[in-house]
Amino acid sequence: MKDKLYEYILMLGDNSMILGHRLSELCGHGPSLETDIALTNISLDLFGQVRSYFQYAAELKGDGATEDTIASLRFDRDFRNVILVEQPNTDFAYVIGRQFLFDAFHLPLLEQLMNSNDETIAAIAAKSIKESRYHLRFSSSWVKRLGDGTEESHQRMQAAINHLFPFVSELFRETKIEKEMKELGIGADLSLIKTSFNQKIKEVFEEATLEIPDTPSRQTNGKTGIHTEQMGFILAEFQYMQRAYPNMTW
Amino acid sequence: MSNTVELKNIEALLREVTDPEIPVLSIMDMGVVRDIEQNGKALLVKITPTYSGCPAMDTIATDIKLKMDAAGFDTTVKLVLAPAWTTDWITENGRRELEKYGIAAPLDETSDKHALIDGKRIVKCTNCGSTNTKMVSQFGSTACKALFQCEDCLEPFDYFKCLK
Ligand SMILES: [Zn+2]
Repeated sequence: MKDKLYEYILMLGDNSMILGHRLSELCGHGPSLETDIALTNISLDLFGQVRSYFQYAAELKGDGATEDTIASLRFDRDFRNVILVEQPNTDFAYVIGRQFLFDAFHLPLLEQLMNSNDETIAAIAAKSIKESRYHLRFSSSWVKRLGDGTEESHQRMQAAINHLFPFVSELFRETKIEKEMKELGIGADLSLIKTSFNQKIKEVFEEATLEIPDTPSRQTNGKTGIHTEQMGFILAEFQYMQRAYPNMTW
Repeated sequence: MSNTVELKNIEALLREVTDPEIPVLSIMDMGVVRDIEQNGKALLVKITPTYSGCPAMDTIATDIKLKMDAAGFDTTVKLVLAPAWTTDWITENGRRELEKYGIAAPLDETSDKHALIDGKRIVKCTNCGSTNTKMVSQFGSTACKALFQCEDCLEPFDYFKCLK
């Protein structure tokens, strides 16, 4: 049970960590000062959430584990994030598209987790949801601005969505652990989240004059540790210091 | 159980600890200190983060320990997550200090939405008091603030967003 809870916490925390890392890559590279600051602030919020999740995970794991060892000393196969959040910052439309799809999933997820039987998960969710509301507000307003903007911005926003959408189905494909956690009243019911997600997508895309792609979904399995080639590069950068100088501290 | 006189002293000392990013604002006025338990020399101070990623929390925890240990206590600072912090916990005095410092204090939830989403001009300029202000960026110098500019005196200023 403890092992399964540990893995479930990783599923929650790893999504925020990998997306937070992707956003941190934009620090100083955002298309405008305003968006640069916004994206890095969102990254900071996500890393704050990661710290809470990993502190809890470290407690469950024992054996000298800390939030830092969990972040910096696991290999790609040990990460439980979905493939969507690994997708690179191809251009601003991809960054916004990835953020919006994640936020539209994350918010209803946190809404459910606030009522988790697990007190710590409930507390982290209650804290995180206040921040994630701002994230969704930011990302959905940009989806609308780009989608319903110029011909060029519309076409690029649609292209990003077309690329990212096949990764959405994984969010709702229930793994064994998620099923078990749901039945114990600890984890979320993904089918309910899917309903709110679809509604949000429909509403925002309509206003943004974007089409919901009908491309087939990809059979990705990030939640069981099968990642894309992106993951190695992400971890190489993220974990470099700890790997090169084991146990170093600032 | 701590007696009231001792507790008052402890609170007075904690009042001297400030947020490193908003040095005019005491952690007591910010509503970050949730509980104080004292048993002889042993002191437990429970604090809650404003935003989860707030880098100031570690500094605040260290500052509390340094200050209280110097006053003769054996201090433990514990971070608690529930109930989650809200801007409602900023005291009246805290709001005044914020405004004096040049940060507009958070509006109530509905007005906050009007200001941040609908672009309503209701956030008061901290320089001249005009409400003829516009949002420049939803995220400001830190995650808890949005950037505004006054259209009358042209002063750019931070607005502390409502967090509920
Ligand atoms: Zn003014």
